[in-house]
Amino acid sequence: MFRFFIATFFFIFIALPSQAHARHDGEHIYLQYCVACHGYDGNGGMGIPLALPDFLSTASNDYLIKTIRNGRPGRVMPAFSDLSDDEVDMLISYIRSWSDSIPPKYSAKPINGNAVHGKQLYLDHCAECHGASGKGGDGTGVTMSRPRSQPILAPALNNSGFLISASDEMIKNTLIKGRKGTPMNSYLKEGLTEQDINDVVAYVRSFESDATASEEAGEEEPAVIIKESPYSVEETVSNLTDAVGSMNFRLIRIQNLDSGLAEESKEDKNQVIIYSCNFNILNEALKLDPRVGLFLPCRITVSQQDDKVLVMYANPKRMNEIYNNSELDSMCSEMKTVYEDMIDEALL
Amino acid sequence: MRIHHKTLVSLLLILLAFPVSAIADDLIMRRIGMTFPETMSALQSSIVEEGFKVSRVQRVDIGLTSSGYNTAEYRIVFFMREDVLHDIVKKHPELIPFLPLKITIFAERSDTLLVTLNPMKLDEFFPDLEMQKTFSQWNEEVNRILDRVQTE
Repeated sequence: MFRFFIATFFFIFIALPSQAHARHDGEHIYLQYCVACHGYDGNGGMGIPLALPDFLSTASNDYLIKTIRNGRPGRVMPAFSDLSDDEVDMLISYIRSWSDSIPPKYSAKPINGNAVHGKQLYLDHCAECHGASGKGGDGTGVTMSRPRSQPILAPALNNSGFLISASDEMIKNTLIKGRKGTPMNSYLKEGLTEQDINDVVAYVRSFESDATASEEAGEEEPAVIIKESPYSVEETVSNLTDAVGSMNFRLIRIQNLDSGLAEESKEDKNQVIIYSCNFNILNEALKLDPRVGLFLPCRITVSQQDDKVLVMYANPKRMNEIYNNSELDSMCSEMKTVYEDMIDEALL
Repeated sequence: MRIHHKTLVSLLLILLAFPVSAIADDLIMRRIGMTFPETMSALQSSIVEEGFKVSRVQRVDIGLTSSGYNTAEYRIVFFMREDVLHDIVKKHPELIPFLPLKITIFAERSDTLLVTLNPMKLDEFFPDLEMQKTFSQWNEEVNRILDRVQTE
């Protein structure tokens, strides 16, 4: 009788309130760290739609925990390594409150399959969305302010964060059941056998060796590139204006650094910003990551410091690290080259 | 089985008291449950309330649409304190390309997103400048600006 009393007491006064409390605190954590990308109702934005019923019914808690802990290196989702285990549990409790589905549990045991056969099946059935190398769909999250060809972007299966988080059995289950509301079909219904699916799982798991190699950090770039001009501020600005045009960039405006802050007559005319833009490149960049506004507009600054005239720009290759988005890598390299060419031409 | 009173109290305290830890991100992002015009207005008011001056609003969306590209509202708000800017120009010209400070604001369906560089990232970019105090202050100020918009 005493045990029954204790059990009842625990359930009514501790377990149930603590679940509600966990959801409440989970909501607080969600609003602090997740809502900007995943949306108030979990319907996605830059981040995936977590509230999708088929996602919550096929993603195990272990998968969610590891995803929160490891993020997706190079795919926007950061690693929340500073959250405590309790905070992660509360966060998951809140995310789970969007669905009545029971969290699945998957074995961590590897699935045996023929990766060579799996590769062929992968190329036939998966590569169109996930890419031949498993790099996933282009861009960030679901439909935003710019058009997207799919309601959700295919995840990067070759990403180390994904491969750590998803067990073979979870990948297999997703292939078998598919995910309603996304282009991910049930490949059992599409005609693959269970052995075929095991083979695809084996091939996806083989991406692990590539994932580690591709995420090694390169040499650190300086945050600002500074060059000395042999010309006066006025001449340097004039030369840069010409160089902007010759690189097929549109001159947006030339302004003093303190324009809009100081009285017009008191502006420092020895600190000048040249703003320019190539809208085609900009549009492509925004498709990949809508946060790139921090790069905008393209800017070169001319600054008189004592008897020197300096030409400087924030290095896109260094700035890129703040986005955790490897899709921006080539564009940032390209932009650095554009800046270099503009400045070289202007300082000839 | 005996459960001590102290054990139960400890269990309750453990279950009920979970502090939220701080996480330092390179980007500070906020989702605002208001329309773009409402958020833009609230943002500019909040910047001024924090003691900054809005120096310019760059209308990226206008440039994109006039070039034939589709986009929702997308703008960049530049802000700074004039005296601080002039002081930095003299003492730390390498920081000039990051000034004035800016916040990117863009629409996502019925919400609006605000994104800015965490000013503490500048300390990582320029560890030798001994500007940590200034960057830390900017970080607090930027967060207060965004907090006010969020609680509007």
